[in-house]
Amino acid sequence: MLLIAPASYVAAVLYMLLMTFVYYIYLNTAASEPSDSTVAEMFFQTFWIPVCFMIPLLTMKSIAEERRLGTLETLMTTPATALHIVLSKFLSCYFFYIFLWTMTIPFPFIVHYYVGESVPLNLLFNPASMIGGYSFIAISGLLYIAVGIFASSMTRNQLVAGMLSFCILFVVILAGALMVKLPMLDSNWIQQSYDLVNYVNSFEHLADFSRGVLDSRPLFLYGSLTMLLLGITTLIVESKA
Amino acid sequence: MPEEQPKESPPPAIEVIGLTKRYGRVKAIDGVSFRVEPGQIVGFLGPNGAGKSTTMRTICGLQPASSGIVRICGIPVATNPYETKRHIGYMPEHNPLPEDMRVLEYLRYRARLKEVPMGKVKARVDEAMEICDLQRKARRKVIGALSKGYRQRVGIADAILAEPDVIVMDEPTIGLDPHQILSIRNLIDNLRGRMSVIISSHILPEIEKSCDRVIIINQGRIVANGNSADLRKEFLPKTTYRLNVNLNKGDLARVLAGVHHELSIDTSTPLDDDYWEHRCKAPSELVLTEPILENLQRANARIRELARLQPNLEDIFMAATRRSWDETAAPFKGRTRPGVPMPKH
Repeated sequence: MLLIAPASYVAAVLYMLLMTFVYYIYLNTAASEPSDSTVAEMFFQTFWIPVCFMIPLLTMKSIAEERRLGTLETLMTTPATALHIVLSKFLSCYFFYIFLWTMTIPFPFIVHYYVGESVPLNLLFNPASMIGGYSFIAISGLLYIAVGIFASSMTRNQLVAGMLSFCILFVVILAGALMVKLPMLDSNWIQQSYDLVNYVNSFEHLADFSRGVLDSRPLFLYGSLTMLLLGITTLIVESKA
Repeated sequence: MPEEQPKESPPPAIEVIGLTKRYGRVKAIDGVSFRVEPGQIVGFLGPNGAGKSTTMRTICGLQPASSGIVRICGIPVATNPYETKRHIGYMPEHNPLPEDMRVLEYLRYRARLKEVPMGKVKARVDEAMEICDLQRKARRKVIGALSKGYRQRVGIADAILAEPDVIVMDEPTIGLDPHQILSIRNLIDNLRGRMSVIISSHILPEIEKSCDRVIIINQGRIVANGNSADLRKEFLPKTTYRLNVNLNKGDLARVLAGVHHELSIDTSTPLDDDYWEHRCKAPSELVLTEPILENLQRANARIRELARLQPNLEDIFMAATRRSWDETAAPFKGRTRPGVPMPKH
């Protein structure tokens, strides 16, 4: 259904336009002023923009639309279980999301092709940070897509599902980063919470991955939350079908 | 010589025993029991909110029952929902279909979902499209662009795709024009003997023509179950004869005296030109048209019309549902009949 719906292709084109624009901006910034981080690192720092906008667009239709049209009912009369349905929706959105991100891999090579030897390729393409960055995208994508599918199962209105998933994603991604900056966390008595907030801070995970540090803790965090959300979504689909 | 074992008869296609579904304090269906034998086509009738869709959804395992047993081909739905779904083709009310897919794509996708073996998908899809007359005109059309009649055909093609033992159709002819209704009826006739079909519909003549048996449900209870002839006997034991003759009530009574002792004149209406329209009643099992005609001719009466009015399913439906209303209302005589809230789906 995802590959048949025109909305997926519109979302893919918009995504490519947005990511090209972001990459162009960082390329210009890197060319005009000295910076500690590479273009790839800066590029990955903006991962939350496509996540917050693209994931609601990709996932909002998945279950909400099936329920609105009533096709979820016909789906439930086949031997497919609710878990099969939720997993298939999840995996199709996830692979499409990963496909969209892989479309950005050639960016450094395209720049190098047009600019020539004046900018060495190793400045644009640092294998360690690229592998780390894309690994983070792949691991965190599990949770973000699960959030979108969960929001879509809550309602039969895709717009409501989209807004709900945008809000949850916004909180999940940016809450950690914003809470670290709250003055109350500086107090000694609440020092423990700093570690906790840092544990769920997506930007902290990205920084680790971009340095080439593949930590198992974020993998556990994202993996367990994904399974929890998909489990709840399955229960919702079963009870509301 | 070992004694020959009696051959076991196949289990009923659908067996429902004491099925009850409660929504809070309201009982949407209450102790519903019936059987559908293999190859039978059964009509499921009832006024809006009677519990038809709830029963059908419970049979298909889409919602759990509060109590009771449903078996599909001998397999209990409650304990083995996924196995029973392999034996059912379900076409829900309003026939929901994905708008963006093409007919062929959709049917292939559904065939794979229904576990049709990969090597047989093409053959099964082609056969279902052939039966439903989709092969030539609608094969590659986008479903969103199809007319209502073709959409219904796609729904039926989907239901028969995996050659299930049981097909459940909730209002398959709703919103169709008479031509489309006729073609859907022919389509259902094609399935007779091959699959058990249970159809709910409001279009009573269609049910009467295409179904072997009729189940009428009202207020969540079965009020009638049988073929049209049996139900006629049970709910409408008298048949009406309409006579348009130049005899008044007294003269007619004399003329008809020798026909049958149970034949009685119900109403008599004078017409403009010395003619009268009489309505006579007699037991349904008797066919008295010929003796009435002979007696009238012997009395030299001038006859404009003589008709035996066969009660149709609509009359049976009205009589059966009225009787169930009266039974429910009996304890509340003198007071307003209690309202039955609609279940929330």
